[in-house]
Amino acid sequence: MSRFKNSGKKEMPGITSSSLSDIVFMLLFFFMVTTQMRDTEQKVKITTPEASEVVKLDRKDLNSYINIGSPTLAYQQMFGTEPRIQLNDSFRTTDEIRDFIAAERESKSEKDRSLMTVSIKADQDVRMGIITDVKQELRRCSALKIMYTARRPAK
Amino acid sequence: MAKKTPAINSSSTADIAFLLLCYFLMTTTMGSHLGLNRRLPPMPDPSQKVEDQKINRRNIIVVKINSSDKIYAGTEAIDVTQLKDKIKEFLTNPANDPSLPEKEIQEIEGYSKGTYAVSKGVISLQNDRGTSYQAYIAVQNELVKAVNELRDDFCMREFGKKYNALDEDTQGVVRKCIPQNISEAEPKDVGKRR
Repeated sequence: MSRFKNSGKKEMPGITSSSLSDIVFMLLFFFMVTTQMRDTEQKVKITTPEASEVVKLDRKDLNSYINIGSPTLAYQQMFGTEPRIQLNDSFRTTDEIRDFIAAERESKSEKDRSLMTVSIKADQDVRMGIITDVKQELRRCSALKIMYTARRPAK
Repeated sequence: MAKKTPAINSSSTADIAFLLLCYFLMTTTMGSHLGLNRRLPPMPDPSQKVEDQKINRRNIIVVKINSSDKIYAGTEAIDVTQLKDKIKEFLTNPANDPSLPEKEIQEIEGYSKGTYAVSKGVISLQNDRGTSYQAYIAVQNELVKAVNELRDDFCMREFGKKYNALDEDTQGVVRKCIPQNISEAEPKDVGKRR
C-alpha cells in the first residue's frame, strides 16, 4: 500500500500567469473594437430625454450631430445660459446649419449621401422653438432624414 | 557553439495590456447612439400653388401640444398615458366607426393572403414654440409605441412571432400593412416666444 503514499513534503506548484495576458488582450481587443472616440468637445450640457421605443442607428459613420442645449459652466460667461446650437466644435446660429450640412455631405462618399442622417441631440429642457428653427433649416437644405437622440428609461 | 538564449520575461505584458485596457475602458461609449427616426417633409416649392391636400377629415387626428405641455388629441384634452390607446383605437377602428379612419383594401406584395385592409389614418403632430422638448419626445414615443404594438399584434396573429423576430422581407410586409404615418405639421407661431 505504500505505493500511493506521499513521499516527503511536496511543494505547491505556482499558478502560471502566462495566460493572464491573453485574457487581458482579449478584453482589450473587445473594447478597442467597440470604442468610439469622442472627437469633439461637448460645449453644451445635454441630458437627452427618455423614450422607450428607441432604435439603434444603423450607420454611425453617416451621421452628423447637431447639439442643442445651454452652454456648460465654462462657456456661460461668454455665451450666457440660453440654449445654443453647437456644430462640430463651436457655437453656431441656425443660419450656419446650411454650410454645416453642405460640408458634411461633401465628406461622405457619393453613394452614401442619400442615407445621411442628422441627429438632433437636444437637452430635455430646451423649448421646441429652437428645434423647430433647426428642423425648418434642415428641410430647406433637404436633409430630411433625422433622428431625435434619446435614451432608454432606467428601469 | 550556439549559446542558449535566455527566455524573455513576459510577466509584464499583462501590465501593459492592463494599461491599454484601462484607457479604452475610460474612453469607450458603448451603444449610446439611440433615438427615434423621423423623416421630415420636403420644403414646399414656393413657385407651386399651395393646394390643400385632400385628406378626408375622418382620416386625420391632430395631436397638439401647447406651451404648457398639455396634450390635445382631436379636440379633447388627454393625458400622455392615454394617448397610446387613443391612437391604437384610431388606427385600428375595430367597430368601423364612420368618424374614425376608413380602411382601404390594398394588395401587398409578398403577403400570403394577398390583400389587407390598410388604415388610411394619419397622425398629425403640432407643437408650439414653447413646448418643452421632453414633452415632445414623450408624445413622439407614445405614437411610435402605439404603431409598434399594433405591428406586434399583427405579427403574433399572422406569423406567431414578434415583429423584431421576423426577417427583413416580412418586416417590410408588416410595415406596409401597418404604416407609420406621422406627419409633423408646418410650425405655427402661436403663444409667446421664449
